[in-house]
Amino acid sequence: MSDERSLSYMMAFNEAVRQSMRADETIFCAGEDIGAFGGVFGTYGGLQKEFGARRVVDTPISEQAIVGLGVGSAVTGLRPIVDLMFMDFICVAMDQIVNQAAKLKYMFGGKATLPLTITTAGGAGLSAAAQHSQSLEAILCHIPGLKVVYPSNPYDMKGLMVSCIRDDNPTVMVKHKRLLGISGPVPEDLYTVPLGQANMLRPGKDVTVVAWGRMANESMVAAEILAGEGIDCEVIDPRTLQPFDTATVVESARKTNRVIVVHEAVRFGGLGAEIASQVQEEAFDFLDAPVARIGAPFSPVPFSPALEKHYVPDAKSIASGIRGVLGRKSPGR
Amino acid sequence: MEPNPDVLRDLHRRMVRIRLFEEAAGKLAEAAKLPGFLHLYVGEEAVAAGVCVNLTDADSITSTHRGHGHLVAKGGQFRPMMAELMAKSTGYCNGKGGSMHISSLELGMLGANGIVGAGSPIAVGAAFTHKYRDDGNVAVAFFGDGATNIGAFHEAANMACALKLPIVFACENNEYGEFTRRDHTMAITDIVDRAQGYGMPGVIVDGMDAVAVYEAAAEAIAFARAGKGPTLIEAKTYRFYNHHGVQNLGLKYRPDSEVEVWKQRDPIFTFEAQLEDMGVLTVDRREALWAELRADIADAITFAEDSPYPEQDQILEDVYTRMEVAR
Ligand SMILES: Cc1ncc(C[n+]2csc(CCOP(=O)(O)OP(=O)(O)O)c2C)c(N)n1
Ligand SMILES: [Mg+2]
Repeated sequence: MSDERSLSYMMAFNEAVRQSMRADETIFCAGEDIGAFGGVFGTYGGLQKEFGARRVVDTPISEQAIVGLGVGSAVTGLRPIVDLMFMDFICVAMDQIVNQAAKLKYMFGGKATLPLTITTAGGAGLSAAAQHSQSLEAILCHIPGLKVVYPSNPYDMKGLMVSCIRDDNPTVMVKHKRLLGISGPVPEDLYTVPLGQANMLRPGKDVTVVAWGRMANESMVAAEILAGEGIDCEVIDPRTLQPFDTATVVESARKTNRVIVVHEAVRFGGLGAEIASQVQEEAFDFLDAPVARIGAPFSPVPFSPALEKHYVPDAKSIASGIRGVLGRKSPGR
Repeated sequence: MEPNPDVLRDLHRRMVRIRLFEEAAGKLAEAAKLPGFLHLYVGEEAVAAGVCVNLTDADSITSTHRGHGHLVAKGGQFRPMMAELMAKSTGYCNGKGGSMHISSLELGMLGANGIVGAGSPIAVGAAFTHKYRDDGNVAVAFFGDGATNIGAFHEAANMACALKLPIVFACENNEYGEFTRRDHTMAITDIVDRAQGYGMPGVIVDGMDAVAVYEAAAEAIAFARAGKGPTLIEAKTYRFYNHHGVQNLGLKYRPDSEVEVWKQRDPIFTFEAQLEDMGVLTVDRREALWAELRADIADAITFAEDSPYPEQDQILEDVYTRMEVAR
């Protein structure tokens, strides 16, 4: 049974690219170390072997030019996938992402199409320190013209990546570094997970937990812990962060009457603020408590594992946050 | 490559079209009829014309904040150009781009750009498409002397050479970036020195001489079409007006005498004298051409003035390309 096949998050990404490239000759990939080496995380492994150096291009270390390569080739009819090794490096390419890719269509009166996918690796948890660990999705979601996905499992990874490639807009696919090795069922055929559609990871009646990327998985562990305490969590993984599936979250809020958003990015100005605001606008009368947010403290990501482990939310801190929304005390406090 | 009389006339026509468009835009700006910034190309016409005569609509160019000349040289029509400058819905960008983002993808003009230096990486992408498709087309990146001080230019130049792409980097060295002299911001005299660092040929050309630009561009473009890689062309030129707007003399940052010296070398008037000497252009034909194009400009202004502004409901249009989503 092909549905039972298990694949890693990393290989799910790889398969999405590989199968898409087989089906569409206009797709090519470009980035640092992705060709002969297969990418520093191995996500592009073997693609140059199959498709050749014409379609899987090793580029110079030039983030602006890498994204520019994507913008210019997309606007002239190709379907590029360009890789920025670490999400932190979007900052180096910000002009091409924010001022060019996201805006050309609009500035040109709708006459341009930009089927560009930017792939990158986000997230902390590897002692990679402050310049190689960030989750900067809120910055990208703030830019009209961009779409942003941040999958939490291999199935979504493959389906979302295929959707990103097929989408005629600039999309950013964020792979979480700590999830690359996790495995799960991934169908062999070329399927899509639609952009802008949240996934109900766990239905529940007491509280809605909204979380993506690695935080979705940590929230599921937290939900298990809390199930033992008689708390029934509904966990929603938006999967796509822009466009955001507000409707699914609001519907859940109206049912559970309590909402908490969990993200790895710093809390201040994070997406949690936007989601909390939208829930309050659309479900205020249903809420029994303020919408809560869990995120990293307002500091750069620390290097020392002794600090980093307290910096990134985990199942334990998420569980105590959820208890807080329900007005319950956490053990030992 | 000596241009034949048809090419000479074509160069001339393109330059006059640019001049008339820009002079008209300047007048409209003075009359407060154009919202936003206006960076005029007057004085530099030989560069855009000399390069673009060698291109077809299928070739791609990227442009700068000073982009009207590039679009005109690439075949841009006055009506949608004027309408765009006036922010009307009939403009090339439906009034959403304006002077600084004017573009026409059908003509291979991938946009003026408000970010100095940002066009070059995009031209690299277009050149990549041409090579990928093996369609024999090329990309030309136009940019100023000041733009060669920004990282994006260097990344683009290096990547284009590393990937051996069919591209020409066309630098319009007008000796100023905004209000600062070029020699205050770089320690080299010739921009072309930068070519060597990336492994591409570099050529200096008189940017006031349309034929000289044409010949250098013809060679560089043929080189690119033949799969031999990028070239950097440095055209030494000058803008007759201020960085933006229509003042030309009495500016604090450059002496009037300098402007006068360059104006003696007006790329259109000197060229017309040559053409008349060669018997390629008669006084009658010259006058008829200016009259014809002036009428076109007048028509475009009327068209633009009569055109509607975009409706408010256009604000949210074209942020994204709509995708059919299977729920
Ligand atoms: C990244 C960026 N920095 C600064 C500016 C402001 N600016 C607009 S035009 C210009 C000068 C550009 O000089 P040059 O490239 O020589 O072109 P020219 O105006 O001379 O044609 C500057 C600094 C900008 N638009 N973009
Ligand atoms: Mg200049």
